[in-house]
Amino acid sequence: MMDKVIIAGFGGQGVMFLGKVMAYAGMGSDLELCWIPSYGPEMRGGTANCSVILSDEEIYSHVIDYADCAIVLNKPAYEKFSPRVKPGGVLVVNSSLAKLESKRDDITVIEIPATDMANELGNPSIANMICLGALIPHLKLIDFNKVEKAMTKLTAKRPQLMDVNLTAINKGLEFKNQ
Amino acid sequence: MEKVLMKGNEIIGEAAIRSGCKVFFGYPITPSTEVVEYLSAHMPKHGGTVLQAEDEIGAINMCYGAACTGTRVMTASSSPGVSLKQEGISYSAAVGLPMVIVNVNRCGPGLGGLGPAQSDYFQSTRGGGHGDYRTIVLAPSKAQELYDYTMMAFDLADKYRNPVLLLTDGFLGQTMEPVVLKERPEAPAVDRDWVVDGARGREKRVLASYSLTNEIGEANNLVWEAKYKDIQEKEQHWEEFYTEDAEYLLVSYGITGRICKSTVLNARKKGIKLGLIRPITLWPYPEKAFLPFKDKVKGIVTVELNTGQMIEDVKLSVECKVPVHLYRRQGGMLPTEHEILDYVENTFGIAAREV
Amino acid sequence: MEKIFGRSKGLTDVPFSFCPGCTHGTIMRLIAEVMEELDIIEDTIGISPVGCAGFSQNFFSCDFIGAAHGRAQAVGIGVKRSLPDRIVFTYQGDGDIAAIGTQHAIHAAARGEKITSIMVNNAIFGMTGGQMAPTTLEGMKTTTSPYGKDVSTTGYPIDLPRLIANLEGAVYVAAVSVDSPKNINQAKKAIKKAFQVQMAGLGFAFVSVLSTCPTNWGISPVDSLQWLRENMMPVYQMGELKVTEEVKSL
Repeated sequence: MMDKVIIAGFGGQGVMFLGKVMAYAGMGSDLELCWIPSYGPEMRGGTANCSVILSDEEIYSHVIDYADCAIVLNKPAYEKFSPRVKPGGVLVVNSSLAKLESKRDDITVIEIPATDMANELGNPSIANMICLGALIPHLKLIDFNKVEKAMTKLTAKRPQLMDVNLTAINKGLEFKNQ
Repeated sequence: MEKVLMKGNEIIGEAAIRSGCKVFFGYPITPSTEVVEYLSAHMPKHGGTVLQAEDEIGAINMCYGAACTGTRVMTASSSPGVSLKQEGISYSAAVGLPMVIVNVNRCGPGLGGLGPAQSDYFQSTRGGGHGDYRTIVLAPSKAQELYDYTMMAFDLADKYRNPVLLLTDGFLGQTMEPVVLKERPEAPAVDRDWVVDGARGREKRVLASYSLTNEIGEANNLVWEAKYKDIQEKEQHWEEFYTEDAEYLLVSYGITGRICKSTVLNARKKGIKLGLIRPITLWPYPEKAFLPFKDKVKGIVTVELNTGQMIEDVKLSVECKVPVHLYRRQGGMLPTEHEILDYVENTFGIAAREV
Repeated sequence: MEKIFGRSKGLTDVPFSFCPGCTHGTIMRLIAEVMEELDIIEDTIGISPVGCAGFSQNFFSCDFIGAAHGRAQAVGIGVKRSLPDRIVFTYQGDGDIAAIGTQHAIHAAARGEKITSIMVNNAIFGMTGGQMAPTTLEGMKTTTSPYGKDVSTTGYPIDLPRLIANLEGAVYVAAVSVDSPKNINQAKKAIKKAFQVQMAGLGFAFVSVLSTCPTNWGISPVDSLQWLRENMMPVYQMGELKVTEEVKSL
């Protein structure tokens, strides 16, 4: 069993951190995993992306052509990565920053106004965690409890961030897709 | 044993510390920079020294000096930087100095790009600098191997008094994967009666590589040749994956070796008897791996990130008895597991049968 | 009978192989005597370059490492950083340290590397048959400046000690000559201080020694000494160029 996830957005939207939360959730469950930052020319030019693979068996190729899921935090990320989701997969779109005129009908598209919701919570930088919350029910190998444990580890030096992030993840979990 | 999540380049640094590497000389170059950064942060805590040299040439010659004292030493760089080091590597090979050189390969020639590549295969396996020498070359394909082969590199360097190259790439270097930080087994005892550390109560020693006469020159070359033959005999390492009943073989190392495993699994699902030989040592090339297959398999595909370099060694290893084809991507591009399988099917006209 | 002069213990029995009138032998003897006087022969690792200075590995009785052209200081730094309690010196020609290896000289000084570098400056590449060096004087004929060095196209002589003296990590910089008994004594004092600086762990110590190359200059040994005095000394700043307060109090 395997979850291949692509995460993309502007630099500063917490793309890499979102990936790390998933990676550490995998570590805590003794899964095989890879966290792969965007590499090559994509490192520059304002967009950031990373990929996470979680697996219950050894991961050989970690080159992702098509992902099971993707989280896109803005419109350019949507344009670039929505074709890279496998048919039957899940795409979480931050609809605050990516208004979709049309969308694929062979995948589940979750349009969540994550930036607006984050602003309501008083912290625009947690839109990434809201999106993660929306994706969690669609992941095969990790759940909220595992993410919570990973968050404890990742925010050990700044525990005040723990609650902020977990609240955001819960908001995402509660979100009902239209 | 501790299992941690680390970036590939950092794993090399941690393994070096745990291998008893006491001095590191380097110069920052993407995509190898995390090696020197990690060591700068952690090596001093273990009583080691990290020095950012004025340039790559300085760094490799500092390694040369440190190795002359019998101290475990490492440097790390990426392709253009490794080109600059070649003179120093040649001198180190000539004097017989144990050291570990990490090449986090980028694509070239010239400045090239930062993407994963295997374009330095010839440079790595044919000596690389001037003169007729060889360095032992290890090619990890995943996090745990970055750790294990770094340790192996130090031991081989000591055992054969020879520079050892760890050949990796930026994709492996940037990827975080779990790694078990195994405790280091006791390092094999090695002879240190050649080091230069001050002639206290002994005759003076000179470590140098000048051959005053042609006769001395030839005698030196014969000594090195004998050593290289010994290494070729004893240190060919490789991994086999679904080879036992294989009708077709992939041959690939490092990052593509790993991708090819997925290709093999996909092929097997389709009933295609595909196997993989993944060289772990690129020099000495594991030609022994091919002995059981050269009269048996129908065809071989090497998968490389260059214009076809290792394919020459594969053809030599099978004595051209088997058709050997090349599937390659270049310039920082990686093949997917699927495109490799497409190539195999098309090349050999294999009609997949579902099983 | 009391022996008042003999071969220094810092030298091996191998006879010098330099051309008649070359002052390499004198300079090596001074270093050997200094090592003996400071009782550091068994603690010292010398680094030889290529060129005539490269023969030093045969003549000194301490451990030696032969380096690639220009790399002696980098090699020496590798040794010193591995074995900080040993004494490390490089013995290099001007072509080695002021041309192909300049970057190491500059950065060894900037970092205050605790090694001692001796530069033997004869204004020419000696071993390879007299080619132009970065220290070659204006108008001087060499095999690669057969019509005399034209500074407008090949540049001015580099006075390396002056460059080095500007760098914070260099704590002792001297330029000396071995053309007369008086100057030989001064040169020995400078070389000794350069080793003492290292023993005290104070920083980078650099001594440039003007030397002759009668063979490639095409002048007799005696005339060479006069030529050095008349032509090199006015171009290259002589004496102790830098002595920090810490070094003075040694």
